[in-house]
Amino acid sequence: MAGDFSRQLGTGDMGRRKSWWNRLHIDPTMFFLLVLLASIGLFVLYSASGQNWNMVYRQATYFGLGFFIMFVIAQFHPRWFQMAAPWMYGAGVVALLLVLLIGVGAKGAQRWLSVFGLFRFQPSEIMKLVVPMTMAWFLASKLLPPRFKVIVASMAIIFLPTLMVMKQPDLGTSLLIAASGLFVLLFAGLNWRWIALALATVLAVAPIMWYGVMHDYQKQRVLTFLDPESDPLGSGWNIIQSKTAIGSGGVEGKGYMQGTQSQLEFLPERHTDFIIAVFAEEQGLIGVIMLLLLYLVIIWRGIYMASRARDTFDRLVGGALVVTFFIYVFVNIGMVSGILPVVGVPLPLISYGGTSIVTLMAAFGVLMSVYTHRQV
Amino acid sequence: MSFALKDGRIEKDIFARRAVLASVFVFILVCVLAARMIYLQVVQYDVHASKSENNRVQLKPVPPTRGLIFDRNGVLLAENLPSHSLTIVPERVDDMGYTLALIDTLIGLTQEERARFEQRVTQWRKPYESLALKYRLTEEEIAKIMVNSQFLKGVQVEAELVRHYPQGEILAHVLGYVGQINEREKQRLDARRYKATRRIGKIGIERYYEDLLHGDVGYQKVETNAQGRVLKVLEKQNPVPGRNLMLNLDVELQKIGFEAFNGRRGSLVAIDPKTGGILAMVSSPSFDPNWFVLGISHERYNGLRDSLDVPLFDRATRGQYPPGSTMKPFIGLAFLEAGVTNWSETIKDPGWYMLENDERVYRDWKRTGHGDAIDLEHAIIQSCDTYFYEMSVRTGIDFLEPFLSQFGFGQNMALDVGNALPGLLPNRQWKRQNRGRSWYAGDTLNMGLGQGFMLVTPLQLATATSVYAARGKWQRAKLVQYIDGEKLAEETRPADVEIKNPKDWDRMNHAMEEVITHYLGTAKSLRRGLKYTLAAKTGTAQVVGIKQNETYDSEALAERQRDHALFMAFAPVDDPKIAVAVVVENGESAGGVAGPIARKVMDHYLSKSNVSEVADGR
Repeated sequence: MAGDFSRQLGTGDMGRRKSWWNRLHIDPTMFFLLVLLASIGLFVLYSASGQNWNMVYRQATYFGLGFFIMFVIAQFHPRWFQMAAPWMYGAGVVALLLVLLIGVGAKGAQRWLSVFGLFRFQPSEIMKLVVPMTMAWFLASKLLPPRFKVIVASMAIIFLPTLMVMKQPDLGTSLLIAASGLFVLLFAGLNWRWIALALATVLAVAPIMWYGVMHDYQKQRVLTFLDPESDPLGSGWNIIQSKTAIGSGGVEGKGYMQGTQSQLEFLPERHTDFIIAVFAEEQGLIGVIMLLLLYLVIIWRGIYMASRARDTFDRLVGGALVVTFFIYVFVNIGMVSGILPVVGVPLPLISYGGTSIVTLMAAFGVLMSVYTHRQV
Repeated sequence: MSFALKDGRIEKDIFARRAVLASVFVFILVCVLAARMIYLQVVQYDVHASKSENNRVQLKPVPPTRGLIFDRNGVLLAENLPSHSLTIVPERVDDMGYTLALIDTLIGLTQEERARFEQRVTQWRKPYESLALKYRLTEEEIAKIMVNSQFLKGVQVEAELVRHYPQGEILAHVLGYVGQINEREKQRLDARRYKATRRIGKIGIERYYEDLLHGDVGYQKVETNAQGRVLKVLEKQNPVPGRNLMLNLDVELQKIGFEAFNGRRGSLVAIDPKTGGILAMVSSPSFDPNWFVLGISHERYNGLRDSLDVPLFDRATRGQYPPGSTMKPFIGLAFLEAGVTNWSETIKDPGWYMLENDERVYRDWKRTGHGDAIDLEHAIIQSCDTYFYEMSVRTGIDFLEPFLSQFGFGQNMALDVGNALPGLLPNRQWKRQNRGRSWYAGDTLNMGLGQGFMLVTPLQLATATSVYAARGKWQRAKLVQYIDGEKLAEETRPADVEIKNPKDWDRMNHAMEEVITHYLGTAKSLRRGLKYTLAAKTGTAQVVGIKQNETYDSEALAERQRDHALFMAFAPVDDPKIAVAVVVENGESAGGVAGPIARKVMDHYLSKSNVSEVADGR
């Protein structure tokens, strides 16, 4: 592999001189956008954590680790991902099965797997990367746009891990896994008729989900979402407080570290899932629009990078990961601002938490890889 | 398309189209989010801004500091001590059983504390109001709670000022006490003024002067966090502290009086005739008022309530006794005023008296009688009943009742003693209304001896004695001398008692002096060591009040059937500085039991050099 690697570096450039960035397999534009986003993340976290330097240091460490992992992954040629994808998928499904059987966790959910008691990891997080890779691997070998049999097989690939994660239960992650897989299908040219059919199916299946599959806490979240005022001190508290935080920020915001909703602890989970409310309260509409624009630019750049990739597998993986990243953003801000149910999705690269940062940066590593290993 | 060949260019085109669609799709969703933010932050800004402000800022009422109470010499009688209490907001506690168990293991809870708390949880209260679990925490206990505060949601250590009565039981009935505001009081109180107040005066001065002692609530506009903890005071309006009271009472005198009873049931009231100031007001036995401040346990309360000696009962203001012969000086004046006799007329006393057309024999306390020539002076000195029978009949109820009424009998004339009972001064109308019979001559005879229907409270007897000592000049009895250094407002006084011949005061005083000094005087035992002139009258009252169905053990019954011993006195005779009334329940001997108690108080008071000095109000 090391030989491969150096050959790739040494002889890859045919037409033009390779830039220093390209040798590192890093897209400088995306790199700076990510650094900018991470900086904003640390900046907000300092306020949201109640001026807790410890937390900021730890988050900075996660970012360091995340960027390192991105860098390492970017060095791999995409064909390694393509080769490894089905194996990783198999291992991932086994790991999810083990989670359901012997997993550890808290608050009624089993999400972690303890490895010989040495460390714990969350297989569902890895599946966020592995499912789109496997889908891309699968579809890359098929004639595109995919035909019916292929679509059925794809659905199986997507929903096996999705349902297993939903069983843990972890609704937010399972939805993101499903989305990441489905985006591959969409990018592979899934016929619009099938998309329409799928939407119709979802509408039909929803009641079955409600009565058969969903846990009480999930139902409660939906009910609370529909009418948060019905339980203002209980499950509706979070949403009411976050809406108040956002709304009271106004156009200009209350000022950095001046958000009363956040600083006086009315806002729950303010340094994790609800951190956008802190940002919106303190920086106001102007700040929020700037942040949304930053996300938009990152995603557009990501889609561009994916579309410039070497082959179908690379493009599908890259495209799906970028759009999944956006789904994170949309679901998080949507839930905190009260237009989506509360499903426990962090705001990418802003919310506090190592797992999310590492997974996301690994995804960007894959994106960097497919972009920088292209034949020009 | 029939050949299943992969074509990189087609796939790339598909991807490119889908990528453009995805970019547009993402842009639209970003716009949705932006629109939502605009809706919340611009359209609904006002709603959310005020919600956030309401979250942040709370108006907290601040309780005023309760006014202090001092005795006439500035000795502190009621103070406010800082106390750290462990309080719980039940609404914030997830698992009360666990919380209580943890507190118990940390600092220990008595059965009593638990019971009291559980009782309070079930009682009416404001939502989210904290309830006290344990009072007077030590530094160590506070530390233990603080260290474990993360496991004790809804549990707080609150500092508050708690009323304390350093004099304890000797002043319990006079001062009264404060206690937890109950639901009924809540209805009556000004909700705004009492917004932050937990306790209210229940009896005694604490109740009567509640309005002045309480002060006025203050407010703090505070910034609180979601847990309700105050982080910053934004604005404040200080509470107006309650007003300080300085009493006429002399705590040393009170103490001597209380201890003189040595646990016996009875009461003593001492009044300065010049001002009406109550110098001492004892009710024995008593209780520690501090027990009530923080909530008394059922056990302890039941003990007090069920005690045969009824320590909770304020005998001084609510104990109504037949005055017996202590009435004789007043009634004697009535005879003179009615003109039915004079100082020189004598009658024969065979030891009994009979009315015409009545077979009943009215006996003198002395079976053998007081001799052939008893005048008014000796009727006072020896407490001759026959003389008073005779003269009462001559005078009649229609003169006697209004005359005695001038001394305040049958009414509560005290200025600032709440809840004092009026006693009973009967007349024809009263008897018809309450007994359904007309007034008999025998009733007048009984009344001439201070028996029969007539009832007085020790406070009333002392007031009448004081008015008598001042030769009819009225000063209403009053506990408080100064309010915040300002003299108690001048009250409306009853009309002074005026008699036709003022010399009669001197003659009567002389007779009362001889009650002590004459060898036949009923209180001649008090003569020993007397350093001032003392006018007095003894009295005994038959106990009639024991109901047949009450079960007392025989020994207690026997003791409780004995006569009450009464005593009224003032001194010095020419310039009265103190007037005293004493009742010793079942004391039997007025001169031997009640008299010495009065003397101890007067001895002390008159031996002080500063008697006539008026204490200043600070």
